[in-house]
Amino acid sequence: MAVLSYQEAGKRALAAEMRRDARVWTLGEDLGRGGVFGQYKGLIDEFGADRVVDTPISEAAILGAAVGAAMTGTRPVVEMRFSDFALCAVDELVNQAAKARFMFGGQARVPMVVREPIGLWRSSAAQHSQSLEAWYTHVPGLVVAAPATPADNQALLTAAIRCDDPVVYMEHKDLWGLEGEVPDEAEAPDEVFGRARVVCEGDAVSIVAWSRMVHEAEAAAARLAERGIAAEVIDLRTLWPWDKDAVFASVAKTGRLIIAHEAVAVSGFGAEVAATVAEHRFADLKAPVRRLGAPRAPVPYAPALEAELRITAADIAAAARELLEGTTS
Amino acid sequence: MPNHKNIDLPRILAHLRGMERIRAFEEAALDAARDGRVTGAIHPYIGQEAVAVGVCAHLGQEDYLLSTHRGHGHSLAKGADPEAMFRELYGRAGGTCQGKGGSMHIADFTVGMLGANGVVAANIPIAAGAAHAIHLLGESRVVACFFGDGAVNRGPFLEGLNWASVFGLGVLFVCEDNGYAATTRTRALTGGEGAAARARSLGVPAEEVDGNDIGLVDETAGALIGQIRAGGGPRLLVAKTYRLTGHTHADPGAYRAAEEVEAAWQRDPIRRCVDWLGTAGVADVEIERVRAEARDEIRQADRSAANAPAPQPEAALSDVQDVGDPQAEAY
Repeated sequence: MAVLSYQEAGKRALAAEMRRDARVWTLGEDLGRGGVFGQYKGLIDEFGADRVVDTPISEAAILGAAVGAAMTGTRPVVEMRFSDFALCAVDELVNQAAKARFMFGGQARVPMVVREPIGLWRSSAAQHSQSLEAWYTHVPGLVVAAPATPADNQALLTAAIRCDDPVVYMEHKDLWGLEGEVPDEAEAPDEVFGRARVVCEGDAVSIVAWSRMVHEAEAAAARLAERGIAAEVIDLRTLWPWDKDAVFASVAKTGRLIIAHEAVAVSGFGAEVAATVAEHRFADLKAPVRRLGAPRAPVPYAPALEAELRITAADIAAAARELLEGTTS
Repeated sequence: MPNHKNIDLPRILAHLRGMERIRAFEEAALDAARDGRVTGAIHPYIGQEAVAVGVCAHLGQEDYLLSTHRGHGHSLAKGADPEAMFRELYGRAGGTCQGKGGSMHIADFTVGMLGANGVVAANIPIAAGAAHAIHLLGESRVVACFFGDGAVNRGPFLEGLNWASVFGLGVLFVCEDNGYAATTRTRALTGGEGAAARARSLGVPAEEVDGNDIGLVDETAGALIGQIRAGGGPRLLVAKTYRLTGHTHADPGAYRAAEEVEAAWQRDPIRRCVDWLGTAGVADVEIERVRAEARDEIRQADRSAANAPAPQPEAALSDVQDVGDPQAEAY
């Protein structure tokens, strides 16, 4: 066990997989110099420029080349820099990577990881701040992961690299510096996809989150605990597949469900969680499901404006209290 | 073609057989699409056969090929099984893609045919990536990537050629210039001097040839692939040709003057090859034997495919993904 940052944990996972499997390589802009956030720092010294590849600013080619290289015996880890920039390569991800195996009748495998940093971070404004995880959960063929902690960045990235499916891997930019205990060995890959983590247990209200919002949910639970309300926080960790059973079990206990995410609320993944619980566990609900997400507006620059779009611990705690007050017998 | 030196007659006869197989396949596919036995769209390769045959003559099964929506000819020339291709078109079990791809996505990985792509130019970066893997794995394969003249106005053309150029990868890009981007003249929509000039500006040497001259395509593709195998990096072959049918089976091609199409039939690569073989002294009976054998092979493949059963319905959900498999995730 060591204390590592979220960024260091991801780098450790990648380096370990590159040592373990010579077919693993990584490509993206400025990786030789460590990547835009330093998450590749030093890798070129150990693995050389053939396996830590500096690419042109050419997103369609970065992703498209990775698809071709994944279909022919290698396991590329693609850095897209910002999830916003990955939109320049949506054809390559959605029409090519996600569909090659199926469309060619099972002849192809596309074992690749597409790292797409997401989220609000230092006044990055409308084209460097989005959380678009829900888009990719809609696309058959893709796996979607959104780690919240350093330990999970190691575990999920390890599992993603070993996975034979294309994985959209969304790290939150505001978590790079977050430190936490990380096991020496990553969790077994078959234990992470579709396996939620119960962050804290409670019987009054379930709060489902992922990525950075897990930490707001945890802070909200602490606030609620001060008022004697025991909230259960669930970190989904991966959004496709996602751990329905963990959410159902929690709702069976609490009868109240809040889903909180940084992405725009409209058609966000919270809608999927809410609809699934409504379809399958309606009888367990004591109150309407609440979704907390950003208003349907682009992310602004000025901190005072950006703050208007943020979902905070206070928002989550307030929503929990409303649910409880509205339904107490 | 009569001017080509050291022409090897059996080789040209083999090319004739290859072109005739494609022609027969495409005629059968067109008929089937028009009468509803093929449910999806067909983009016929009729008139362009010399390009696939001349290029693929220099590829082994270990080499890779990436194709387009107009890909039947590339698949056949690379060695894909025509019966499995017909089964795919007819939506039957045992199709190249188990009935999941259809005409626009035929693939046969056992012969290095890594798939036809329905998105124009999308196969170009994928081809560069396959060549990148060859480099990383220290293999000796080469990659051929076919696309049409319409593809040169899409970003992945620039991005993919630039990639292959800066990393020095072994790809033969083949631009089949049939003059039309879907149903519009490409020349009217393309700035500058076109594919070859664009490739050269990216550091990719390019050759332009008469793509209806099987001898010339064979010779030029051989030279370029030889340079690639010697480590010379990517090359572009621009093959000037003509699509003798419409864009799809449903397109009568009314936007082209009858004289234009009639003149193009005079340059039909099969007809030119037959004429040349006759001039070179090959007996008509020998030429006709080769053509008839090719047509028989395709007819038999078509006949057995037509009798194959439909795929099992549950296959609709297989081969999507291992993690989050829809067969396991009842929803």
